[in-house]
Amino acid sequence: MPDPDFLRPELVCPAGTPAALRTAVDAGADAVYCGFQNATNARNFPGLNFTPAELEQAIGYAHAREAKVLLAVNTFPPAGRFDLWRDAIDVAARLGVDAVIVGDIGVADYAARTYPDLRLHLSVQAGASSPEAIRFYCQAFAVKRVVLPRILTVTEIAELHREIPCEIEAFIFGNIGMMAEGRCSLTNYATGLSTNMDGVCSPAADVRYEEDEDSTLTTKLGPFMIDRFACGENAGYPTICKGRYLCSSKPGGYYAFEEPVSLNLSALLPDLMRAGVTALKIEGRQRSRAYVKAVVSAFRKAVDDIMASHEPALANLLALTEGHKETQGAYRSKTWR
Amino acid sequence: MQERAGFVTLGPVPFNWEPDKWRDFYFRIADEAPVATVYIGETICSKRAPLIEPYYEAVAERLSSAGKTVVFSTLSEVVSKLDRKLSEQICTADEFLVEANDSSALLHLHGRPHHIGPLMNVYNERAAAFLVRNGAQNICLPIEMPAGAIAALCQGVRGLDTTIEVQVFGRQSLALSARCYHARAHGRTKDSCRFVCENDPDGLELRTLDGRPFLTINGVQTLSYEYLNLIRELPELRAMGVSRFRLSPHSLDMVEVALIFADVLNGRIGIDEAAPRLETVKPAAPFSNGFYHGMPGYTWNGASVI
Repeated sequence: MPDPDFLRPELVCPAGTPAALRTAVDAGADAVYCGFQNATNARNFPGLNFTPAELEQAIGYAHAREAKVLLAVNTFPPAGRFDLWRDAIDVAARLGVDAVIVGDIGVADYAARTYPDLRLHLSVQAGASSPEAIRFYCQAFAVKRVVLPRILTVTEIAELHREIPCEIEAFIFGNIGMMAEGRCSLTNYATGLSTNMDGVCSPAADVRYEEDEDSTLTTKLGPFMIDRFACGENAGYPTICKGRYLCSSKPGGYYAFEEPVSLNLSALLPDLMRAGVTALKIEGRQRSRAYVKAVVSAFRKAVDDIMASHEPALANLLALTEGHKETQGAYRSKTWR
Repeated sequence: MQERAGFVTLGPVPFNWEPDKWRDFYFRIADEAPVATVYIGETICSKRAPLIEPYYEAVAERLSSAGKTVVFSTLSEVVSKLDRKLSEQICTADEFLVEANDSSALLHLHGRPHHIGPLMNVYNERAAAFLVRNGAQNICLPIEMPAGAIAALCQGVRGLDTTIEVQVFGRQSLALSARCYHARAHGRTKDSCRFVCENDPDGLELRTLDGRPFLTINGVQTLSYEYLNLIRELPELRAMGVSRFRLSPHSLDMVEVALIFADVLNGRIGIDEAAPRLETVKPAAPFSNGFYHGMPGYTWNGASVI
């Protein structure tokens, strides 16, 4: 650093509520992404998301401050319920969002045919993890940007960048799911609610915390024990892919998929920028305004420092990660796999 | 008549079986199983593909000679150079029909007749119609589709040149990952796995910390512990317009399973005779049918059986 190859990347930040959106914009987000209050987006949680009227106001607020608003319509409409997703696209086009983030082929087809000028981003839910898959979506629906699954190394992202005709958006911070996005029915298997069709993962209504007489805390999703914590241990929210289980080779119990960790790529930011990543994405539409403010401000400063050839300071972000444990996930090395 | 009754099909073996066993399994299917279409090929891990590749030709020939339609299934998670090469090789060979399990295959198969696998996300008629325009002529629906959505989709694709397929037997694929959980269970990584998955012909069972069977690991794939069984739902599925009924292979007697499903489809036996016959071939794990009924996937007729 400095590096003439650096393009100033767009900082894409989450907003679960109109207040969080204003907070993210004020903290320096270049773009904010959000969803409607229904199954059309992958964070369909109670108390979260926007009405069309709120979205209209939010777009006004963001545009007045030169920030973009991206709308996630990134779940998969089951046959018979397509109207809800069609309406979401119609409203997005009418209100002038800067892009719609889509995952379903049917939704993408509807948007591309009905609103050829509406900018489409391919959601991570589409699971496009190779140049061929991404090119398919670019050819079929004129997708302008792909949100990459969190399974590629930085080296692979750099190679991918040279082989695709669209921009790359990569996750840099927040929750890290272990399963390929858009291809996980674990929640539905345990609860009857689908991540793909209903936009939920480990819904709170099916989560239980049970404490026994020696203060051991058990977390459950539906009838299934996801983890158990001794008194004083930091108990995580029960998500199937971050639970502890038994198998024949691990009779004592182990994290079969992943430990409860969060993604933090702050140390890899310059590498990602050099790899050709156009947009850096922060996960967390379900998080508080205070969280959004802290994380967005920190990354705003970090990106600006890197652009100005200064060493970025990001050590304080660890306190905000899930269970205070962080990982660079797949991005650093193939041994993660 | 046969077309109206529908066909039993056999999905690809998802597990890492010994190559000889894999070949002999398909030879017996060719000789004895009343299945119309047989999907073959490695769909889970590109590292496994070279193990069975030497037998592709013999297996495909034996199945074709027995009057079965052979379809090559592509890899479901395409990330590495090896994955990409494998997917492209299968898609661009023109001796056989191909089933796409990943959107990279859709690029290669554009404009050519092909099948869409259950690991693609075709939840609605609009996605189906797009894929038919791309060349799809058979679509296997995602495992978690409830009855109402299956019926609506079948209704929506009427008039399009495609058949609809649904898995009706075997463990259900619930998730895919880039990480190999078989390797992880043995303290290894995907690159250093030494094919530890070969020890589990029906997958590695995971139990919760209180000992309840829960999931099954198969390399980068996570499956249900229970075995899907939609024998009782066959008449309803057929009435909706589903015409292909897929069995997913296990180490149990798949010929007998195929006979039972085919006998029901052809009206030779009733459900009340078929259901107890399936009980006699089933493994230790219980049956489930929750997804179809809009219930948690692990449930059987609305209740837990464990």
